[in-house]
Amino acid sequence: MNGAHDMGGMHGFGPVEPEPNEPPFHAEWERRAFALTVAMGATGEWNLDQSRFARESLPPREYLAKTYYQIWFAGLERLLQARGLVAADEMAVAQALHPPKPVRRRLAAADVVTTLGRGGPTVRQPTTPARFKVGDRVRARQINPPTHTRLPRYVRGRVGTIARVHGCHVFPDSHAQGLGENPQWLYAVRFEARELWGPDADASAKVSVDAFEPYLDPA
Amino acid sequence: MQLRVRALESILTEKGYVDPAALDLLIETYETKVGPHNGARVVAKAWADPQYRRWLLAESGAAIASVGYIGRQGEHMVALENTPKLHNMVVCTLCSCYPWPVLGLPPVWYKSAPYRSRAVADPRGVLRDFGVELPADTEIRIWDSTAEMRYLVVPLRPEGTDGWSEEELARLVTRDSMIGTGLPKRPHEVAA
Repeated sequence: MNGAHDMGGMHGFGPVEPEPNEPPFHAEWERRAFALTVAMGATGEWNLDQSRFARESLPPREYLAKTYYQIWFAGLERLLQARGLVAADEMAVAQALHPPKPVRRRLAAADVVTTLGRGGPTVRQPTTPARFKVGDRVRARQINPPTHTRLPRYVRGRVGTIARVHGCHVFPDSHAQGLGENPQWLYAVRFEARELWGPDADASAKVSVDAFEPYLDPA
Repeated sequence: MQLRVRALESILTEKGYVDPAALDLLIETYETKVGPHNGARVVAKAWADPQYRRWLLAESGAAIASVGYIGRQGEHMVALENTPKLHNMVVCTLCSCYPWPVLGLPPVWYKSAPYRSRAVADPRGVLRDFGVELPADTEIRIWDSTAEMRYLVVPLRPEGTDGWSEEELARLVTRDSMIGTGLPKRPHEVAA
């Protein structure tokens, strides 16, 4: 979707402000919001692409006004409600009012290390040969789905070169909609900065995105 | 936020969806165990050991796993080597994808709108925000992490470090140098 999250090339946000000796968290609630998000993700009630979509589909004015862990927390609240795991009236009074709904898994402390170590690999056995090889010229498709996609706006319609073939991976556009993994070939596609931003752009800069095969046409 | 998060945690705990001890362990892991010191070890090893360097660039995931760094948000690693004529820089314009096992959780600036918006359109301007000025003829490659591939920059080994051990070299490797928004420390910047 063309949400506020798709920020590549936007103006007006000001300089990057690194913080010296930055701690991993800046408040206790950030620690808890982070851990709750990871632990609830481990229940298997939604997948990573669905949690990304829950965040990026926040109304733009909310997305831009929130800090990053506020966005995570808002995404978590939305998913909990959408799955019927926590109801709005429970959130309003800050206590459980309804019986729990069974969840597929519960992340126990004893399983944290192995669960994090396993992660969530997305590579899958290909069923078709890759359509493109390194060096091929491709054009990113001009698409504007209202659903989840990982093709940023700033490369749509632009011509680049296949720089790497990453193998066959779970396709987020399908996975986020609950339509299964629908694995697709994934490529690093490299664009000249001038192709993306025009003749005034830095001639020494090249930008690559990781693009799934359905995002690309031969050029 | 403190009250809202605490309220939700108590609801989720009461319903049995989360184990509070698991939450504590998740926090402890990313606050004390996993961090850029992991990536620094990988980079220092690549600087010190040419055979490891070749392996790291050819099969990044296996080479990084051999040092013990695997798992969530680092399932599919790609190491990118800087050269005197090429500088790599990593961003996630769409969210905050970041190689957790080697760098820990991302800093606020990495997740911020200024970085996500400008890294792909004005990389030299962003580098200046970090106090980094590269020669005009250095090619800058920006890698937007739009899928599950996670990138680790292997910065140029600083001069004057011949014969240094991996442990000594690791002290030169900063988090930002492995994202590509900084350069490694120089020998005189680390205490003897």
